[in-house]
Amino acid sequence: MDAHTSSTCDMDELVELRRNLEEKSLEVDRLRQKLKLYEEHDKRHKAMLDCELINDNNLHTIPHLSVISKLENSSIARHSRQLILPEIGVKGQISIANTSVLIVGAGGLGCPSAIYLAAAGIGRLGIVDYDEVELSNLHRQVLHTEDRIGIEKSASVTTAIKGLNSSVVCIPYHMSLNSSNAIQVIQQYDIVLDCTDNVATRYLLNDACVLTGKPLVSGSALRFEGQVTVYNTQDGPCYRCLFPIPPPPETVTNCSDGGVLGVVPGIIGCIQALETLKIASGIGASYCQKLLVFDGIDGTFRTIKLRSKKKNCVVCSENPTITQLIDYEQFCGSKATDKSKTVKLLSNENRISVENYANIVKEKHYHVLVDVRTPCEMDICQLPNTINIPITEVGKNNDNMHKLKTAIDKLTDQVQTVPVYVVCRLGNDSQSAVQILQEMLSDLPVTIKDIRGGLVQWAKKIDPEFPQY
Amino acid sequence: MAASSQTGMSITLEFSGGAELLFGKVKKHHISLDESTTAWTIKKLLIWVKDNLLKERPELFLQGETVRPGILVLVNDADWELLGELEYEIKENDNIVFISTLHGG
Ligand SMILES: [Zn+2]
Repeated sequence: MDAHTSSTCDMDELVELRRNLEEKSLEVDRLRQKLKLYEEHDKRHKAMLDCELINDNNLHTIPHLSVISKLENSSIARHSRQLILPEIGVKGQISIANTSVLIVGAGGLGCPSAIYLAAAGIGRLGIVDYDEVELSNLHRQVLHTEDRIGIEKSASVTTAIKGLNSSVVCIPYHMSLNSSNAIQVIQQYDIVLDCTDNVATRYLLNDACVLTGKPLVSGSALRFEGQVTVYNTQDGPCYRCLFPIPPPPETVTNCSDGGVLGVVPGIIGCIQALETLKIASGIGASYCQKLLVFDGIDGTFRTIKLRSKKKNCVVCSENPTITQLIDYEQFCGSKATDKSKTVKLLSNENRISVENYANIVKEKHYHVLVDVRTPCEMDICQLPNTINIPITEVGKNNDNMHKLKTAIDKLTDQVQTVPVYVVCRLGNDSQSAVQILQEMLSDLPVTIKDIRGGLVQWAKKIDPEFPQY
Repeated sequence: MAASSQTGMSITLEFSGGAELLFGKVKKHHISLDESTTAWTIKKLLIWVKDNLLKERPELFLQGETVRPGILVLVNDADWELLGELEYEIKENDNIVFISTLHGG
């Protein structure tokens, strides 16, 4: 009897040991792969960067632009097709060459505007971005390349510009602008392009441009739509004249949540470059006190006449109450990035980890899995045996909710309480869904939890082959 | 229906910049406002829109009696600020556009 017990014990231990060993060796493989990736990146990085990155510590070291009064032969040859335009001419070209432009955001808008300004012979181009190139950027941020993934975006754009027109003085700023450095940076330039992706930075740039008297060429894009306005020039309004109060954060959609077709910011960025060249050459901007609304689905460009400068604008009127930069993240109630943030709505006992869920699947425990992403996202990837109820449909009376109730019903014969797990991409919507479902299904024998961190965590920790988007 | 659209006032409403997502993803709406003893101002129109067109989450479109911050209102391609905002009196065939400003880049 004793012998028998001890031998079962040994067997258990043996199985456990084997499993443990297997897990650890998988972990070692993963770490090796990661290390290899980092080492390759580091090597490429060193080879790539022959330009000095500007940050908060060396802000004062940026190269000056030497003013020219006549065009070199090489410049005449290069720009001949635009020189013969009477609206530009030699005078306009010299003005363009003597202009310093700051592009804030080296993404979907910043890339096309930067390259066209460089091509047109702009004198000096500052590129500000705090971020590094990722694979998911390349469909719209077209100056970055596959072999520059992981490189600072500002450096990547600088590399592209040097390749096209080496006479442009290009300055990469690897940093984010904030209320303590924005004035110092912007002061060194003549025109500023707002190519950013968040509300807080848009207000920051507006105020900084008003305070330093610089025109602000502002572009934005999402899904199939884009908008352009030039603020703070030719006596037109500033951003705050139009939008004195920032939008509630929950109404703002970023590109990673809303999606964007790459060519749309491409079109908008090109128009920003055009407006900038018109200001630089003395033609003047068209979208001052006007808003261009581009709809790529309908194929329409619509120009809207905007209000003039507001007499009581807090920053650009004659009696401003804002005379220095403020805390814009606080003012807008949102961060100065477009990174999706994670929220915590549920207490820990209403959530499970991806590891625990993986175990439930492996051990074939009875449960129902609900995915609350859109059908479009479901097409990209999904876990097996999922009931899809898009977050906007959760808790409403519809077929999907009916499917969920049927699935729960079926399991009530097998288990006393039916575990329902809710998943989404990041683990935010899944939490709201749990709250709604817990209330709605309170009369059913269920426990409803969300899978913490969603499919992104699933891909990271459980299944590296699972697609990430 | 035909009779009411003859006595009522026909206008077009458009939603863009993502505002259309709150209106069943329909960008353009041809509507007819019933004859009324008081004038149809935009203020009155917004209540009508909330009761008749808005499909979900009214707080993403309205705040109090006006549109939420970040939505521009245009009447016949001009900023409503130039026309008296909420008090503007709507006329036959007006084209009123609600544009949610974009922030992506
Ligand atoms: Zn203003």
